[in-house]
Amino acid sequence: MSLLEIKNLHASVNGNEILKGIDLTVNPGEVHSIMGPNGSGKSTLAQVLARRESYEVTGGSITFDGKDLLEMKPENAASEGLFMAFQYPVEIPGISNAYFLRAALNSIRKHRGLDELDAIDFLPLLKEKMRLLEMDERFLNRPVNEGFSGGEKKRNEIVQMAVLEPKLAVLDETDSGLDIDALKIVAKGVNAMRNKDRSMILVTHYQRLLDYIVPDFVHVLVNGRIVKSGGPELALELEEKGYSWTEPELAGKR
Amino acid sequence: MSSTVNQINDLTQQEYKWGFITSIDEDRLPPGLNEEIVRAISVKKGEPEFMMEWRLKAYRYWAQLEQKHAEPTWANVKYPPIDYQALSYYSAPKQKKELKSLDEVDPEILDTYAKLGIPLHEQKLLAGVAVDAVFDSVSVATTFKAKLAEAGVIFCSFSEAVKNHPELVKKYLGSVVPVTDNFFAALNSAVFSDGSFVYVPKGIRCPMELSTYFRINAQNTGQFERTLIIADEGASVSYLEGCTAPIRDENQLHAAVVELIAHDNATIKYSTVQNWYPGDKEGKGGIYNFVTKRGKALGKNSKISWTQVETGSAITWKYPSCILQGDNSVGEFYSVALTNNYQQADTGTKMIHIGKNTKSTVVSKGISAGHGQNTYRGMVKILKGATGARNYTQCDSLLIGDKCGAHTFPYIEVKNASARMEHEASTSKIGEDQIFYLQQRGISKEEAVSMIINGFCKAVFKELPMEFAVEAQKLLSISLEGSVG
Repeated sequence: MSLLEIKNLHASVNGNEILKGIDLTVNPGEVHSIMGPNGSGKSTLAQVLARRESYEVTGGSITFDGKDLLEMKPENAASEGLFMAFQYPVEIPGISNAYFLRAALNSIRKHRGLDELDAIDFLPLLKEKMRLLEMDERFLNRPVNEGFSGGEKKRNEIVQMAVLEPKLAVLDETDSGLDIDALKIVAKGVNAMRNKDRSMILVTHYQRLLDYIVPDFVHVLVNGRIVKSGGPELALELEEKGYSWTEPELAGKR
Repeated sequence: MSSTVNQINDLTQQEYKWGFITSIDEDRLPPGLNEEIVRAISVKKGEPEFMMEWRLKAYRYWAQLEQKHAEPTWANVKYPPIDYQALSYYSAPKQKKELKSLDEVDPEILDTYAKLGIPLHEQKLLAGVAVDAVFDSVSVATTFKAKLAEAGVIFCSFSEAVKNHPELVKKYLGSVVPVTDNFFAALNSAVFSDGSFVYVPKGIRCPMELSTYFRINAQNTGQFERTLIIADEGASVSYLEGCTAPIRDENQLHAAVVELIAHDNATIKYSTVQNWYPGDKEGKGGIYNFVTKRGKALGKNSKISWTQVETGSAITWKYPSCILQGDNSVGEFYSVALTNNYQQADTGTKMIHIGKNTKSTVVSKGISAGHGQNTYRGMVKILKGATGARNYTQCDSLLIGDKCGAHTFPYIEVKNASARMEHEASTSKIGEDQIFYLQQRGISKEEAVSMIINGFCKAVFKELPMEFAVEAQKLLSISLEGSVG
């Protein structure tokens, strides 16, 4: 059974239709990359999957792990195993990273009928994941993302993903704003989490990320529709030729 | 965004959980205020002559202010005029004899405390907290006196202090807040019924946190508490005050006065969690809280620290202040003020630097939701002789929804060029993006708002004694529940 099944998805933001009929199937363990030019609807797709309220679904369906995702609140989708790494991670002043992440993990564990973890059990787990992302322990007690550099924020997202162990991780432009060293660290963290059950959707503008996290499938999103799908070689082709060749109407503009 | 605002509004529609009325026979004076009433209060309390004179002096000052309608109007709050002659100025639960133990206390009163979750019994000893419970105006139970007495600490009701320690009362009462200080302080001085008294002798560190729970209960009765805390040379004490009050339809006036005096090398820490009835969702009812709190850091190296969490009352008018008289003395003010529905708060502090190398810190966190109006009003004054004075002020406002308001009025007056002043201020709205971020990690919207607000207030909460910090966090969540659906 597929983990994620998107059928003819239409979505609007402030009354403007951004997604105009998306079909996508993601099976357990698969890594899909969604690529496309600015404004094509990549981030909208990620936000809709994470159930952000301001993104209105006007048609179609999304089934996640056998359940209707569109019926879920964001926290329910998260508890069911959907994780999104934010393009712009948000700062939460006064709340430490460790406290926040334990609260998150315990909400999810509670939803799944598991015992909550106390700080003594939780800290070693968090420290292990932080080591994987080469993050200093001082980040444990720093307020969530406050005063973090762009790269630190992105690494912090992957630490969270590693702690929460989602079934599906949606990485929204995780490579943006990263220098090459940080990108390698992030990729190492993401790759360490790949397994036969966990699926990922990498939303990215550039092929660069895919040198380090090699996807099983690449989809090209243009103007709210997937116009081309293929293997990793498609990304290289895009890098070479740009996006214009994927759709005649775009080609005409160049 | 608008749906988030609506949901946040839902969360702020939490009903006051502690609304109930205890029926107890009352001993009460007829409504109205004149010299006869003031004398009657003093007589009822069996006070010595000097107290009656002191009250009368206060009354006469207040009466001429009232005649001129000189009630202060500068605060950023609106309320209909108060008819002071319609209020009754004394009410006490009827009790025939002195009480020797808790068993003798009216079980209904004890039951009220139980509903409030105030454990008056042995639990408190385990928690290391002595409780002087003020029910309405008269203290009905005081515990752990023995342990305090052992250390030489005097902790008793104000009435008892007047009887048993008149020399201390005479020396210190009105020495920080004189009867002529302001309209409400004068009123309090004339008619105050009871309150708490603390004296910590030289070199003594008070062996436990002192806490008093105040509670307004009698209808149509102004409540006028008087608190006086003195820390002698090298002494230290931490005092906790927490309040809840039952639901009433009409407004109730509360005008307390708190005076703190710290001698050389002494420290007084005064913490408040204030949760008087705030009125209903339409702004009907609720307590008018006009409080004068001031501490005098009299001696060198003395320290006075105020921490307050103000979530209740329809109107809050309150400026816990520090007079930094002793050289190297320190003043602190940490405040969280929350206004929801139609609550109005005008609160802040005054830091008056007189001594050399005096230092003050002000951290104020204002949260407005619903139609709430929240004002920070602060004054930092560096007098001519205060060489090397320093002040740091941080003043942050958080808005929830689009119908509330946050206002800031900082006054800074510097007369000594060596002073160093820092002032930081911010105003922000609770962000939909913050809430969504937390939700995406599995945290419910209500918890998310609660977490964001607790994070916002952290700098203040960490100043509270541990058990109060937990209570304060709960209180904020409860006060905001329903503002996010």
